[in-house]
Amino acid sequence: MAIFLDENSKVIVQGMTGSEGMKHTQRMLASGTQIVGGVNPRKAGQSVDFDGGVTVPVFGTVAEAVKETGANVSVIFVPPAFAKSAVVEAIDAEVPLAVVITEGIAVKDSAEFYSYAKTNGTTRIVGPNCPGLISPGKSNAGIIPANIAGPGRIGLVSKSGTLTYQMMYELREFGFSSAVGIGGDPIIGTTHIDCLEAFEKDPETDAIVMIGEIGGDAEERAAAYIKEHVTKPVVGYVAGFTAPEGKTMGHAGAIVSGSAGTAAAKQEALEAAGVKVGRTPSATADLMREIMKGLQ
Amino acid sequence: MDLFEYQARDMFEAHGVPVLAGATATTPQEARAAAEEIGRRSGGVTVVKAQVKTGGRGKAGGVKVAKSPEEAEEAAQAILGMDIKGHTVGTVMVAEGARIAEEYYFSLLLDRANRSYLAMCSKEGGMEIEQLAVERPEALARVEVDPNTGIDEAKAREIVEAAGFDEETAAKIVPVLASLWEVYRDEDATLVEVNPLVKTQDGDIIALDGKVTLDANADFRHPDHEALEDKAAADRLEAAAKEKGLNYVKLDGSVGIIGNGAGLVMSTLDVVAYAGEELTDGEGNHPKPANFLDIGGGASAEVMANGLHIILGDEQVKSVFVNVFGGITSCDAVANGIVGALNALGDEATKPLVVRLDGNNVEEGRRILAEANHPLVTIEETMDGAARKAAELASAANAA
Repeated sequence: MAIFLDENSKVIVQGMTGSEGMKHTQRMLASGTQIVGGVNPRKAGQSVDFDGGVTVPVFGTVAEAVKETGANVSVIFVPPAFAKSAVVEAIDAEVPLAVVITEGIAVKDSAEFYSYAKTNGTTRIVGPNCPGLISPGKSNAGIIPANIAGPGRIGLVSKSGTLTYQMMYELREFGFSSAVGIGGDPIIGTTHIDCLEAFEKDPETDAIVMIGEIGGDAEERAAAYIKEHVTKPVVGYVAGFTAPEGKTMGHAGAIVSGSAGTAAAKQEALEAAGVKVGRTPSATADLMREIMKGLQ
Repeated sequence: MDLFEYQARDMFEAHGVPVLAGATATTPQEARAAAEEIGRRSGGVTVVKAQVKTGGRGKAGGVKVAKSPEEAEEAAQAILGMDIKGHTVGTVMVAEGARIAEEYYFSLLLDRANRSYLAMCSKEGGMEIEQLAVERPEALARVEVDPNTGIDEAKAREIVEAAGFDEETAAKIVPVLASLWEVYRDEDATLVEVNPLVKTQDGDIIALDGKVTLDANADFRHPDHEALEDKAAADRLEAAAKEKGLNYVKLDGSVGIIGNGAGLVMSTLDVVAYAGEELTDGEGNHPKPANFLDIGGGASAEVMANGLHIILGDEQVKSVFVNVFGGITSCDAVANGIVGALNALGDEATKPLVVRLDGNNVEEGRRILAEANHPLVTIEETMDGAARKAAELASAANAA
């Protein structure tokens, strides 16, 4: 099963012919992902050869790629200035899952494509400014290195890319059903709650790690959701306890404003919902290790 | 980026939002000249307002009414150089005096929770809006604004009706809200706030004070926004880092931090601060992180050298913690980057470096570092252990 992405996922890459797109398409292919096409209006009709003897056709539009290949996932590497129209194109083509890797998209553009998807479409958007998601051994849509950890029964959802990798590495002895990097921007298409809901329903997931960071109140809302709806054990980690007020810490969304968005408030909310929260990534991994051993 | 009030005023004016005349001054003499010019429209009365990017300036004495150019000069004399919540006043705005009948509140902002925009409006302006929201939430109307349709006349009507304005006032506010929406949309703002939005004794609606926050990710379509940056206030190291395209935030501790990925770097700051809580230097201080620096996924020798260069330029830094998880870029490439950076920096590299590598090809990465055997470099296997080591080195250096 896994969530959002599995062995039946057929992936197209918008922006495949750019340097990032090429590099990561190669990596996704190497980890067993079915890449069925690329999209670039200026290179329509051509094809690209990748290592391993795979030739991927390039289509002029997402709609055409979907029609020809039956693609159900699009991974988007298009530069920030053009990302909104790329996402809108995926929404119009009714691609069920659009994974927006692009970093640095104007928040207005994200707000507009999210609202457009909500009003007119059926597409689930993951990101922007995210590493994508992986269901190890099945499919990899984005830039998460596939060799960190194999398949297993832990579900992971995180705002941060490298903390996702770190946590997967620390828990590689158990492996993952799916790991989803939802991104650190103020407006994202898929939230902690969406992933918690999917992991709760997923029969291949036994326990969940949730990684948050300062800014906004997504973790607090996730805590309220866990309290009401999640029966599987959840372990949490929040980055940014020592971040000063009013300074954006790398991610556009990671900012403490006044008393809102602090790591302490998030930890408190999560603990009140019965989530064990680790003080450091390795302490968090230890908490999950205990849970997994208890389940075995 | 937050704008100064006078910048918000100018931006409002450019989009047809009614504002009062205003001019900036950095000396009392300039303020006097501005008051002579502007006071002609308002019977000689002007208001001299401190330009600081923080609230509470009125209470701090940063706003003064002047009945003559001489009084404006005196007011500017008193306000310039004033410290308001840690912000030194370098500029005042001399604004036309207004005869205020009523004060209202309006703001439009990014609503992260609903992934949409939110308009807030109240007939009770002037005071701290956070206070109003807590004490009398029913007095603050909240209306969702769809990012794709924005505030048209119908939406503006919905907002003013929710706020409970009488028909006559509502009719006058509606076009102002539409203009403020233009500011928000056309300038790529994430916040447009007017507090107070006033009705004058003549019945005109005027945006008396404005706050605007602009989205830096949208700078590519707003070349004019660069001029709004407060370069004087920018930290020297932050400015240098920005020039190199590095994501750097100056903090006030002694342990320099370099990592890849915003989340991991934030986590590194925490782990260093925790380790530092258990240590004290000669002056009784706990070692703390000196900065946030995310060098991104790549971590090439060049980027590593640029990062180290910035951090070593911070005199407060006593030790440096390089914390990299080799994901896309494997650890051997990162190790080569560190060795290359140290070679490139040569004598400039004077502070001890604690390096923690983990992830893909970690053994090879650690081998490269061990082989280079640089006298300043210590290799640690875990993030927690490396944080402790870096904090200890900083603490020892400060004690010496």
